[in-house]
Amino acid sequence: MTYDVIIIGAGPGGYNAAIRAGQLGLKAAIVEKRENKKLGGTCLNVGCIPSKALLHASELYEAASARLPALGIRAEKVSLDLKQMLKQKDEAVEALTKGVEFLMKKNKVDTFFGSGEIVEAGKVRVAGADGKTTDLTAKHIIIATGSEVAPLRGVEIDEERIVSSTGALSLSAAPKHLVVVGGGVIGLELGSVWRRLGAKVTVVEFLDRILPTMDGEVSKQFLRILKKQGMAFRLSSKVAGVEKLKTKLKVAVEPAEGGEAETIDADVVLVAIGRRPHTAGLGLDRVGVKTDERGFILTDHFRTSVEGIWAIGDCIHGPMLAHKAEDDGVACIELIAGKAGHVNYDAVPNVVYTWPEVASVGKTEEELKEAGVAYKVGRFAFSANSRAKTNHETDGFVKILADAETDRVLGCHIVGVDAGELIAEAVSVIEFGGASEDIARTCHAHPTRSEAVRQAAMGVEGWTMQA
Amino acid sequence: MATEIRVPALGESVTEATIARWLKKEGENVAADEPLVELETDKVSVEVPAPSTGVLSKISAKEGDTVEVDAVLGMIGEAAAKAARKEKSAGKDEKAPAGEGRSKAGAKKQAVAGRTVEVRVPQSGESVTEAEVGEWLKKEGDRVEADEPIVSLETDKASMEVPAPAAGIIRKIAAKEGETVEVGALLAEIEAGGDGAAAKEEPALRAAAERAAPAPSAGKPLSPAPRRIIGEYALDPAAVEGTGKDGRITKADALAAAKAKDGAKARAPEPAPAPARETGPREERVKMSRLRQTIARRLKEAQQTAAMLTTFNDVDMSAVMALRGEYKELFEKKHGVKLGFMSFFVKACVHALKEIPEVNAEIDGTDIIYKNHYDIGVAVGTDRGLVVPVVRDADAKSLAAIEAEIADFGRRARDGSLKLEEMQGGTFTISNGGVYGSLLSTPILNAPQSGILGMHRIEERPVARDGQVVVRPMMYLALSYDHRIVDGKGAVTFLVRVKENLEDPQRLLLDL
Repeated sequence: MTYDVIIIGAGPGGYNAAIRAGQLGLKAAIVEKRENKKLGGTCLNVGCIPSKALLHASELYEAASARLPALGIRAEKVSLDLKQMLKQKDEAVEALTKGVEFLMKKNKVDTFFGSGEIVEAGKVRVAGADGKTTDLTAKHIIIATGSEVAPLRGVEIDEERIVSSTGALSLSAAPKHLVVVGGGVIGLELGSVWRRLGAKVTVVEFLDRILPTMDGEVSKQFLRILKKQGMAFRLSSKVAGVEKLKTKLKVAVEPAEGGEAETIDADVVLVAIGRRPHTAGLGLDRVGVKTDERGFILTDHFRTSVEGIWAIGDCIHGPMLAHKAEDDGVACIELIAGKAGHVNYDAVPNVVYTWPEVASVGKTEEELKEAGVAYKVGRFAFSANSRAKTNHETDGFVKILADAETDRVLGCHIVGVDAGELIAEAVSVIEFGGASEDIARTCHAHPTRSEAVRQAAMGVEGWTMQA
Repeated sequence: MATEIRVPALGESVTEATIARWLKKEGENVAADEPLVELETDKVSVEVPAPSTGVLSKISAKEGDTVEVDAVLGMIGEAAAKAARKEKSAGKDEKAPAGEGRSKAGAKKQAVAGRTVEVRVPQSGESVTEAEVGEWLKKEGDRVEADEPIVSLETDKASMEVPAPAAGIIRKIAAKEGETVEVGALLAEIEAGGDGAAAKEEPALRAAAERAAPAPSAGKPLSPAPRRIIGEYALDPAAVEGTGKDGRITKADALAAAKAKDGAKARAPEPAPAPARETGPREERVKMSRLRQTIARRLKEAQQTAAMLTTFNDVDMSAVMALRGEYKELFEKKHGVKLGFMSFFVKACVHALKEIPEVNAEIDGTDIIYKNHYDIGVAVGTDRGLVVPVVRDADAKSLAAIEAEIADFGRRARDGSLKLEEMQGGTFTISNGGVYGSLLSTPILNAPQSGILGMHRIEERPVARDGQVVVRPMMYLALSYDHRIVDGKGAVTFLVRVKENLEDPQRLLLDL
């Protein structure tokens, strides 16, 4: 079978590339190796979507018992039906993967289940679960195979007691003590889920801060908020090993710089130290696609070192995020179609879907300092925002960083309820090269949390009005 | 069918021009041969007329752009004109009791009629950044027709009248008489249309055209911060280069433009802001007129820039006077203009300039620009100060044509109606101090020119001719020149050639 473009991997990068290909009249095939023959990749099956389903449900569960009474609502005898909670999560996943199947059909994309291997430039062999192989040819091949859980040396994941994010989405009961290895997005989100559902949660982070790639002020404040919620932290610490006993796990935690180990008992250990590019079995070496020492495929605007082979999403450089992969996919197809596809990695938002949420876009204050950029800062705390105040949700703040001379917005960092929605405004402004004053002079509805974004923007040039 | 508007041939040495000003906006109706856009070259400014009747559907070269000869400036379309006609008839219908559909059209028209049109200080020349409000020809509340002059402005170089951009009623006058306003500043607001009958179909036409082809400013929406800066600094958004997404103007772009404007202002050497000293009881303090300030500034600039010195000679005017005496009446009868001395001097100079081209050149950075055209500035004294209108292509003009032009310049200089472009782009200047009785002077260059001829009074002096002392009508000549590009030999030769051409005008005839 001959196509204009073959896409290997049906995650957000792959399936959006396929849709765009269909829209532009390219004949496209998509290859997916997930054994249950579900499209959508990590994001839909074991990532963003199921985790959000659990985050949302567990958040309401916690609110019912912890926050509703303060609002005059007595929800007595609130109890957890974990089975149902997991079921509604699976239903959400099922519905959305079906949606992707529909989109493939709608855009006349042929779907092949099996693992794709690049035999040579222009040729992909798909090996199905039944052992049958199909050869596909195309002028262009896009590698969109994404990423996989990075393993922790000396700790073997069994997805039952020692789990990755995948297993942590399907625990049959809330553990008494969950030890999360890694204070990044995934660890904090899933840690939050199980804490709300009754677990004691201890986060072990190698560095001296959580969310290490985010703005330092955000990390600090957010740590305080999570501690207040009851999450325990062991910063500057590493897990040296996990001993599996019949009734419990013995987690050896030692200082990051070395020193005496300490043992923590746990029921479940979640390994969430990051993700790494997933390119095994693609045949990259044979066709000569170059990767860096960490396995990321090297690209120049999605072009790999081999003519006709492209790569997008988590398996190339840039933030490992579903929406970044989506944009890569669209831009890559547009380039293939002779258009001017481009992704601005400075305007890719990053959201932590905890309660409250954390969202950021652009540069952090630390990055600006290191780059020697002269900048100004505007801050506004939700405790001074009328909507946050009336809703009893005053944790967090908005921080806007702008160029000291041109006032161009360089970064925006938000901790607070709905931060993931609020960040969109800053993303737009950054994408359009806008200034803090552009936000400050734009009307914002009252009373909304978005007013805090405006007040923070005013703060950049020293005219915050409501604090 | 669309017609292209192209840059016309501008003269032999001119290959490009700068867009000075669009006289029409996108979407406006134009008649064939109606001026559309003003181009400025190093020589002259020209107006490009519409090649056909229709609607100016597209402007492809912005103000300030440099365009080559034959480049496309814009398009004139017909389709929009039809749309406009349709709209016009809709507007007429609307007087009848309005039905469902019509009331919509009516609402549209009303919105148009209520539109506020701003009158701003137009760009009137490259070096002109501000003007003084001269006289308001209309009051607030007055009705004006489109293109009717509503206010006069005085700039450094000339006075001009600002026409109403649309018919309507003047709702607000924003700058008082005598006030100094910058280019782009708000002068007045006109409520377009006003009462329907007088507004004619103009607004409707415009509305249709606007829908067909949005005005350039509408194509470049401004975000809030740049909008504020552009407003505060009275910048022209069309002239600000946008570096944002799809060419949008960011705050950084606007700040840079504002800075550039401030910088330009700072660079212009203003008269030193000496602390105003007390005036004594028998003293009077009068503000220098803009013209006077400009003269002061430019003269000083010339002195500071050029390596200026003056060479002298004298000329025996017998031959020219004899010729003039003989043909004075006949000349005036035939050409309707008096035969003066000036035309002889212009011709004598053009002749000499052809021989010594450095005197007709200018310095531009590290280059010399030789001008193969002879546009002679003739200094004219007025009660407001000295102005220098330019006789273009003097080499190709007859004595009569030159005399007529100078006479006309003199008249109009005194009543202040000389146009800016008539005073721009000279290549050499002649200053006649003789009319005031000057014996000898050292004129100052009219930058960036490299030479200026000073004429003086004619008086009978004893001179030696063939060993005899005779009395002859003599005049001293002075040539001030920029020694950076004109050598002593060239300057002296130039002046000797002028002298020879005047002492023996037949040389001019024979092209010697």
